[in-house]
Amino acid sequence: MASPLQQFEIHPIIPLNLGGVDVSFTNSALYMVITVVLCAAFVILGMRRGAVVPGRMQAAVEISYEFVANLLRDTVGNEGRSYFPFVFTLFMFVLLGNLLGMTPYSFTFTSHIIVTFALAAVIFIGVTILGFAKHGMHFFSFFVPPGTPLPMYPLLIPIEVISYLSRPISLSVRLFANMLAGHTLLKVIAGFIALLGAAGVLPFVFVVALTGLEILIAFLQAYVFAILTCLYINDALHLH
Amino acid sequence: MTEDHKGPSLEDLEARLSAARSQHDRSIGKGSSKDGKNSAQGGFGFAMRIGTDLVAALIVGVGIGVLLDYWLDTKPWFLIVFFLLGAAAGFLNIFRLVRGYGLAAGYTKVDEDGDGPKGLKEDVERNGKRRG
Repeated sequence: MASPLQQFEIHPIIPLNLGGVDVSFTNSALYMVITVVLCAAFVILGMRRGAVVPGRMQAAVEISYEFVANLLRDTVGNEGRSYFPFVFTLFMFVLLGNLLGMTPYSFTFTSHIIVTFALAAVIFIGVTILGFAKHGMHFFSFFVPPGTPLPMYPLLIPIEVISYLSRPISLSVRLFANMLAGHTLLKVIAGFIALLGAAGVLPFVFVVALTGLEILIAFLQAYVFAILTCLYINDALHLH
Repeated sequence: MTEDHKGPSLEDLEARLSAARSQHDRSIGKGSSKDGKNSAQGGFGFAMRIGTDLVAALIVGVGIGVLLDYWLDTKPWFLIVFFLLGAAAGFLNIFRLVRGYGLAAGYTKVDEDGDGPKGLKEDVERNGKRRG
């Protein structure tokens, strides 16, 4: 029987080598391209008619738009509007990537730490640049909690810096661990169905329930990813 | 059959509409605020965040310690110091998360008007309403 971890294997589809660096087009890259195309198609086709009374597709697009817009307004406020395209793209990419991974025989690129870490690193670096652009050197006051007595500075500043640096790690590990654990669990329990014969009904019921849970987690993690991005933007804009 | 469905669904729609309206009004009135981020996601997401936030800070702390030791040839000392700092940062993350000081690093200042942290106060109000 196939290993439960086989689903995470990356294999090149079009081998490519640029100056000694392996830049093959892999199944991971393929699914990212599919996600981007689906995402663009969803929004473009959904809003093609732009009717006042939305049809089904248009309603779905409008719901996702308003969901992210509300998220951004609730956490950042009106200044957050200019970051809407970024957060919306990120949310749709992660959400569709997670959901695409739930279809049978597909590949979940969000279950690879390097993918989620790259996303988190883009957010982290972007937000840090934003903070410097908005506040200049004043940004460093971010690492000093207000009202700290001077003797505590040497202790508190390293803690604050570590806490700040832990953001991209926790952001990426959360998404990656959820997807990896969920998909592995699904495969392991699905393996029991064939092994147990008639009693396999039990794990089968369990797998059905778990599939529902996984879809919920796909939404939840995309949501958490988006809301944390909003909060980081808010922190960079307003410091404290 | 269809008429059975009509009543409740319309009522339901009405309730949702009024809920959405009041929420909209509230957020317009508030402008930039930080309400609704803790309550919006369920307990599972919250629990997951606590776990990763604690571990992530430890990873960063230990990573910095190991790298400094590697460069400066001072084996276990920087590792020990930064392990402890990382642990402290992890607990700080969780403290902020649980107290509603904002979800991640960086203090959200306690209100200058002196009526306590915003999220906390609203939580208390909400709980009071629910009980009453």
